[in-house]
Amino acid sequence: MNRFTTLHGTAAPLPLDNVDTDMIIRVEPLFSGVPREQLGAHALAALRYRPDGSADPDFVLNRPEYADATILVTGSNFGCGSSREGAVWALAGLGIRAVVAPGFGEIFFNNCFENGLLPIRLAANIVRRLQRQLAEGLHGRRLGIDLERCELTAPDGEVLSFAVPRLKREALLEGLDSIAVTQKRDARIAAYQDRERQRRPWLFLVSKP
Amino acid sequence: MPATLFDKLWTRHVIESLDDGFALLHVDRHYITDAGGQHLAALHRRGLRLRNPELCFASPDHAIGTAPGRIGTTEHGLRYLADLRREARRHGITLFDVDDERQGIVHVMGPEQGLTLPGSLVVCADSHTCTNGAYGALAFGIGASQFLHVAATQTIVLQKPRTMRVWLDGRRATGVTAKDVMLYVIGHLGTAAGNGYAVEYAGPAIRDMTMEERMTLCNLAVEMGARCGLISPDDATFEDLRPRPYAPKGDDWHRAVADWRALPTDPGARFDVELTIEISEVAPQITWGTSPQHVVGIGQAIPVDVGGGRNTVEAAQAYMGLRPGQSLEGLPIDYVFIGSCTNSRLSDLRAAAAVARGRRVAPDVTAWVVPGSRAVSRAAEAEGLDRIFRDAGFEWREPGCSMCLAANGETVPAGKRAVSTSNRNFVGRQGPGARTHLASPAMAAAAAVTGRITDVRQLSILP
Repeated sequence: MNRFTTLHGTAAPLPLDNVDTDMIIRVEPLFSGVPREQLGAHALAALRYRPDGSADPDFVLNRPEYADATILVTGSNFGCGSSREGAVWALAGLGIRAVVAPGFGEIFFNNCFENGLLPIRLAANIVRRLQRQLAEGLHGRRLGIDLERCELTAPDGEVLSFAVPRLKREALLEGLDSIAVTQKRDARIAAYQDRERQRRPWLFLVSKP
Repeated sequence: MPATLFDKLWTRHVIESLDDGFALLHVDRHYITDAGGQHLAALHRRGLRLRNPELCFASPDHAIGTAPGRIGTTEHGLRYLADLRREARRHGITLFDVDDERQGIVHVMGPEQGLTLPGSLVVCADSHTCTNGAYGALAFGIGASQFLHVAATQTIVLQKPRTMRVWLDGRRATGVTAKDVMLYVIGHLGTAAGNGYAVEYAGPAIRDMTMEERMTLCNLAVEMGARCGLISPDDATFEDLRPRPYAPKGDDWHRAVADWRALPTDPGARFDVELTIEISEVAPQITWGTSPQHVVGIGQAIPVDVGGGRNTVEAAQAYMGLRPGQSLEGLPIDYVFIGSCTNSRLSDLRAAAAVARGRRVAPDVTAWVVPGSRAVSRAAEAEGLDRIFRDAGFEWREPGCSMCLAANGETVPAGKRAVSTSNRNFVGRQGPGARTHLASPAMAAAAAVTGRITDVRQLSILP
């Protein structure tokens, strides 16, 4: 897993609710063999590009002041919909390392951690305030994120704390390989299976057609 | 202490409690779609072994073509299939291949084969895995990384969700299906209402539902944002399971049923959130926008954007080519798709066929029926449903996911309007620029034969 400790970078406001996984990455690049590292070109395509394929100059990530954005500050239920991890790979391919929103689709939320991308939940009114500051740019358009301290620094200098599940936080800070971590518990897994095989043998498909 | 179905499922699967409400849980069934070949290849490249291949079941569904004879499967679809075959062989996984009588959309195939059992934990790298919760299984979608974790360890690390009960009160009116009920619930609660929750559906309306209807309900749990949808198992569940190929047999069957009878939520068990929704006034539903929560009863006007700064209603209506406040009834349509893990089972096809019988698909409308599995298509053919559809001018296709997500290149063209029995009306879901209205199979068939969005209750249907 990729490590995440601190991030100080340009943040783009995307004040839309329910940005779904299909909007983040369409199905065609995922099912036509586009390599993971090249999915960035297809990220948020319906928002970034006009029907003729040219870049929409009004879309936030196409504007020069957000060209180097590494953080998205968006609306509620971001990443709702499909389980496609390509949604996270596509955002990562755009250079996004963190997404701030009032809430996330559950599978997307988990997929973020698996790829070293930090999803941060903050109250909707705080998110709206951040979006306003980032759009106005009076204090610049950058946010600071410190995962060790679970703190986010707004453009105006206000320090906000956020919560991340401890297990996920440690995995990100240390860049842990979750499979290797679980494999250390294999004796417990085997013991569980032995017990359940006695108790509920049908779960292990003892009667086959 | 009284416990909920979810609490019991959770407790049964905990191998080890971890920090912060997380637990290491045992996975009993791992379903694998044709996208899984890639993940299994990645597992092999990492030098990892599949821990319990006997608990994994694969069937191609997303990327294969559904034209008769699978003609026109894309080059990439064929590659996915080749990958899945190679990896299934390599890892020793049971594969229900395209020529197998058991092939189907995994969430149709699993319950059909008796693989999804009450009290089991089911995962699949597909968000609609929640469908399997209809059997009283803890079932949820996972991502590609979690797929590798499950494959290598037969476990998953999950933070315990909170519990919600949605109590459906009242009886459904005639012509109102499980799909309508659930679209209404999503419209009422919103697509984020279930975030962080395991949702159990309960109440008299549930007890009246067949297993296929319960699957439609649980299938859409993810569209209200839930981790999983659940229904307490009952006699209907057990009767449904008994003849299924992989269901327990002999003594095991009796032991299993005794075990399953302990699963339903106990009287007096506490949920973190309890909601009651009255469904007797619910009409057939139809979506108007680009989120499943954008839904109205047929005949109702679609909303007028009241502002709020995010323009989501306005943007959705612009994408869909609709005017604020208009009614959808009578709106001309171009495509009809009857299929998907939401509504592609035998009872769905029967409901659609009852409308199609003796009628013709309207000129200029393309209408497809894509059964959820080979078993569904065989059963439908035995009843002559395929004939009814063909005679009416529908295309009768091979089982798969098809136009629901258009991963296999089967799309609704840009700007065209489709009535679809699937689960998502997202921007471009059925193809770039495609406009999707979600509805029940009967409503979709009614749209096909009239060429317009139609209240199916206004068509005479012979029993």
